[in-house]
Amino acid sequence: MKPSVIPGFGLTFGYTILYLSLLVLIPIAGLFLKAATTPWPQIVRIATAPRTINALEISFGSSLIAALVNVLFGVIVAWVLVRYKFPGRRILDAIVDLPFALPTAVAGIALSTLYAPKGWIGSLFSDKGPLWQWWHAQTWLPFGLEQFSLNFKIAYTPTGIVIALIFVGLPFIVRTVQPVLEEFEQELEEAAATLGANRWQTIAKVILPRLTPALLTGFALAFARAVGEYGSVIFIAGNLPNISEIAPVLIVIKLEEFDQAGAAVIAGIMLIISFAMLLVVNLIQAWARRRFGNV
Amino acid sequence: MDIRVDTVRKEFSLYPALNDVSLEVKSSELIALLGPSGSGKTTLLRLIAGLELPTAGRIFFGDEDASGKTVQERNVGFVFQAYALFRNMTVLDNISFGLKVRPRSTRPPNAEIRRRAMELLDLVQLTGLEKRFPQQLSGGQRQRVALARALAIEPRVLLLDEPFGALDAQVRKELRKWLREIHDRTGHTTVFVTHDQEEALELADRLVVMSQGKIEQVGTPDEVYDRPNSPFVFSFIGESSSIPVAVENRELWSGGRAIGLPAPADAPGEATLFFRPHDVELVEDGVGAALAGVVAASRRVGGTRRVELEVGGNPNRVEIDLPFDHPAGERTRIAFRPKRWRVFPGKV
Repeated sequence: MKPSVIPGFGLTFGYTILYLSLLVLIPIAGLFLKAATTPWPQIVRIATAPRTINALEISFGSSLIAALVNVLFGVIVAWVLVRYKFPGRRILDAIVDLPFALPTAVAGIALSTLYAPKGWIGSLFSDKGPLWQWWHAQTWLPFGLEQFSLNFKIAYTPTGIVIALIFVGLPFIVRTVQPVLEEFEQELEEAAATLGANRWQTIAKVILPRLTPALLTGFALAFARAVGEYGSVIFIAGNLPNISEIAPVLIVIKLEEFDQAGAAVIAGIMLIISFAMLLVVNLIQAWARRRFGNV
Repeated sequence: MDIRVDTVRKEFSLYPALNDVSLEVKSSELIALLGPSGSGKTTLLRLIAGLELPTAGRIFFGDEDASGKTVQERNVGFVFQAYALFRNMTVLDNISFGLKVRPRSTRPPNAEIRRRAMELLDLVQLTGLEKRFPQQLSGGQRQRVALARALAIEPRVLLLDEPFGALDAQVRKELRKWLREIHDRTGHTTVFVTHDQEEALELADRLVVMSQGKIEQVGTPDEVYDRPNSPFVFSFIGESSSIPVAVENRELWSGGRAIGLPAPADAPGEATLFFRPHDVELVEDGVGAALAGVVAASRRVGGTRRVELEVGGNPNRVEIDLPFDHPAGERTRIAFRPKRWRVFPGKV
């Protein structure tokens, strides 16, 4: 340790370690210890059970899709909030944070009510519903396409899970991208314009590359949040084993069956996968920072 | 390509930043917009570029009315004070950006784009740095890349907004000389904004001195320096000293004494005499008409000694320059006459 002019390193560092240990490191270590007391063949059996694998796939798959969707729409929301002055902008800005504050169970119930087959939005997509009728009224459709009917269930399917996860993840992207957009030098856009670039070229070649590090951070946060999400998903997912059952739900089911080892093993696997993915994101960022400087 | 600015007015929320400004820039000319901050010089440059739209008035490129054209259509090279390089691109990609974004019909083939970018890299003396990223370059190098990038699109005019403002004094001087060389080689009509008069005097073919949204004077550096047409220009360009005088009998008077300078116009009344501190001749005190004052302070500035004089109980001190080893520097009272001067009517 080099001596620093800023005093208090010992105190703050000690506090950080204590705090992290009590709240993060010790509980996680306990989880792995619990999982380790399970005999190895049993671990393998739990980990490779089709229901476990399906639950993990659903969890990570829908989290990934939700985070990607959020990257797209989060950027658009952040763009609108930063670039345009319009009445109600502050209110819209505050609404973005609602998914942080709202109890996720409330969100889950609201979403499942909306997207259920009889709900406001869900009914649009129901069998012989408005969208179905509109689709079948189209006469210009090429042969065969009219067979492709527009009715699908949203709630109680993996689609519903993705919608709930998009909801909880949106603020992460908006809040990480927003400050970068706010600080974006207008001169860069002007320079691109004087060089003949049109709006789309400027966005694609000048603005988006600058947003990439923030987008990666936001993506990682939204993804991590989605993987761990429980409250909002259980209401809209339907929790059908192997179809719409996410890993956290499976863990709770195991616990309710007093299968603590099973719960610990699944939780351990989730942790390892999440940690690996976050590590990859961090490595990409470190690479970008080395390459482009402190962007 | 010559540029004509025709009674252009620009208002930002009702406050006029430019007040009916007209200006003609000749083809291949290197012209400097000079003025204090808030004088509207940058606004004028941005209006020419199309980065701002005028509230009223028109801008012509040659015979063509460019007022309604977008930035992209105007095809101008613009260099920003803070470089505005794209950090996610290498030096080479920065320079070729303008060619790469052209629509397919006018875009040169990739090999040609690369060849041109490398040529420009040579022109700005950065050969071998094409794979670097902007943040791996020094400030001076970055500004050269910015200039190469602006030149790559073969602009009709080149516009520079305080191009050397962010650089330290040494690099500034080098780049100044170098910009002049580049201009002489490429012959682009060039307009640059600066608040550094030394830069403007050394670099420009003509100066445009601006103040409070108006053009005060346009002329060659010598004209503007030797024959400033207003008290503002006299005190803004170069060092100046001023003293209130009275015009009477076709002579200038100070403190009830004729000072040995003829009045340029026979308009009796109050006036202000302006002269350069280094443009004075010392006279023997009491011999002949002159300005005389008590030495209030004197300090050595490089090769000269700057002496502050209190002339005739006037609260504002007058400054004159002497060679640092001049014997008059030791005296307590000095009499002098400006060799070149201007008189502007009224008190300033």
